[in-house]
Amino acid sequence: MIIKGKAHKFGDNINTDDIIPAIYLVTTAIKELGKHCMEGIDASFPSKVKEGDIIVAGKNFGCGSSREHAPLAIKGCGISLVIAESFARIFYRNCINVGLPIITSQEVCKNINAKDDIEADLLKGEIKNITKNKVFHIDSFPPLLQDIIETGGLIKWYLKGRIFSPKK
Amino acid sequence: MTITEKILALHCGEKKVTPGQFILADVDIALGNDITAPLAIEEVEKLNKKNLPHPEKVVLVSDHFTPNKDKESANQCLVVKKFAKKYAINNYFELGCGGIEHALLPEEGFIYPGELIIGADSHTCTYGALGAFATGVGSTDLAFTMMSGKIWLKVPESMKFIYSGKLREWVTGKDLILYAIGDIGVDGAHYRAMEFRGEAISKLSVDGRLTMCNMAIEAGGKSGIVAPDETTLKYIEQFKIPKSKIKVFESDKDAKYVDIKEYDVGEIEPQVAFPHLPSNTKPVSQAGNVNLDQVVIGSCTNGRLEDLRIAAKILKGKKVHPYLRTIIIPATQKIYLQALKEGLMEIFINAGAVVSPPTCGPCIGGHMGVLAKGEKCLATTNRNFVGRMGDKESEVYLASPAVAAASAVKGKIADPAEVM
Ligand code: SF4
Repeated sequence: MIIKGKAHKFGDNINTDDIIPAIYLVTTAIKELGKHCMEGIDASFPSKVKEGDIIVAGKNFGCGSSREHAPLAIKGCGISLVIAESFARIFYRNCINVGLPIITSQEVCKNINAKDDIEADLLKGEIKNITKNKVFHIDSFPPLLQDIIETGGLIKWYLKGRIFSPKK
Repeated sequence: MTITEKILALHCGEKKVTPGQFILADVDIALGNDITAPLAIEEVEKLNKKNLPHPEKVVLVSDHFTPNKDKESANQCLVVKKFAKKYAINNYFELGCGGIEHALLPEEGFIYPGELIIGADSHTCTYGALGAFATGVGSTDLAFTMMSGKIWLKVPESMKFIYSGKLREWVTGKDLILYAIGDIGVDGAHYRAMEFRGEAISKLSVDGRLTMCNMAIEAGGKSGIVAPDETTLKYIEQFKIPKSKIKVFESDKDAKYVDIKEYDVGEIEPQVAFPHLPSNTKPVSQAGNVNLDQVVIGSCTNGRLEDLRIAAKILKGKKVHPYLRTIIIPATQKIYLQALKEGLMEIFINAGAVVSPPTCGPCIGGHMGVLAKGEKCLATTNRNFVGRMGDKESEVYLASPAVAAASAVKGKIADPAEVM
């Protein structure tokens, strides 16, 4: 899967209230959630995003509540990939489970500025900063997670009966 | 192995697990609430499942926007109720029967040593206080667990916190955990199991331990845990759980920890976390002059009986400051009733505080105590992120019920010793 888009940069400790404030948790409609994505920090964010764009953030992205509405809001507003120096763990697993691609890499984050054009080939583990003309390689996921991602998320993984023969 | 590794090994049928290993583990209890369950329910319903393999292992609690704050939240609660009926989930707690989930489950006997509990709520880590492995997950995880009885987990590294010495007056579990978060930061225990030990923890009540484990997530932790001891076993006696089900584990002497923190609690004062991070802590004596508009005593962190008793001890015969709203929220109906019997409610009302029914309400800026622009609130809750309790330009300070009650009287952040 190849992802192409412009980078939107955020700092450290972006929490789930920043990503989607609790008052919007009264719906599970992903487009509706997308309209309020990042409202805790920048209410105009959804209007700045073009389909396919990428979020690049610092440490501990997605900390706070377990709300799956956070990765859904990010998907809903058109973001195709989140790259962060590190992720909070529930947010991380929510992304795997709902199929929002994520990459953890300090090096990549440090080498991307806001508005840079980025291209990512997730299967190859290759990220290109087109604006800066730099290429990075990232580690692939552990086998179990890779299996879930390739199957298309946790529910599909369950339906395929992978649960009885998981990769370790 | 650590206690956490032992519990995880037991639940995936292996003799040994090591940090970093991915496992598929059996779940004893799976929890959802009115915010997170509807997403999980959608997934289950989409698959036209006729029944769930283990409805008795599912617990559903509507507590976040209840009493229903508007049409949308009412609808979410209805989704949860209908699902519970359809799939014969008897552990469904309607308004009036339950309260805030993380106070409710330990009170109803769902939690005991050696269990593996997942909840679609980040503060599920609370239950580690009774010697279980408990961690917060997302809604898709909850759907998966309801259908399969399992969860995928990465075995966490463990980090040990040793609290030695004697607590000073007015210092509680809340202060001990705020102190640690202030020390290590909001990602200081990232992905790790936080194991709390030492003389001060041995002497701590179950309520105090629940408060501590509740906030493990505020340091980025996957779970918090206190090894079961006499206090734990005495507490769970009331539930008459068959002995064979209770698995008391203890970390081995040679268990591996990524880090060990040692604190002398005699040095720890009541703590206050300043806006906008739980790690932004100061001893109350250094809080300076912070005038408050609201004080909230409640939540899954500090809405238990012991918390209300401390608040009442301080508020007895006093009045809260006239320019400040004080909201007291017993975390469950049982706590409410017991507080009523003990005369605590009378003390609160005479002091000029308002008592709310059990709800998460103001803790997430939902309802029943939302802050206006520029307002400052001291709360016994667990998060003080920007806009957490209302307007983006409001501020939340976190502290114990003792500091909260003293501050309500003074109208500004105050040390309990000042008012007693
Ligand atoms: S009281 Fe607050 S932190 Fe606890 S479950 Fe409710 S919303 Fe979450």
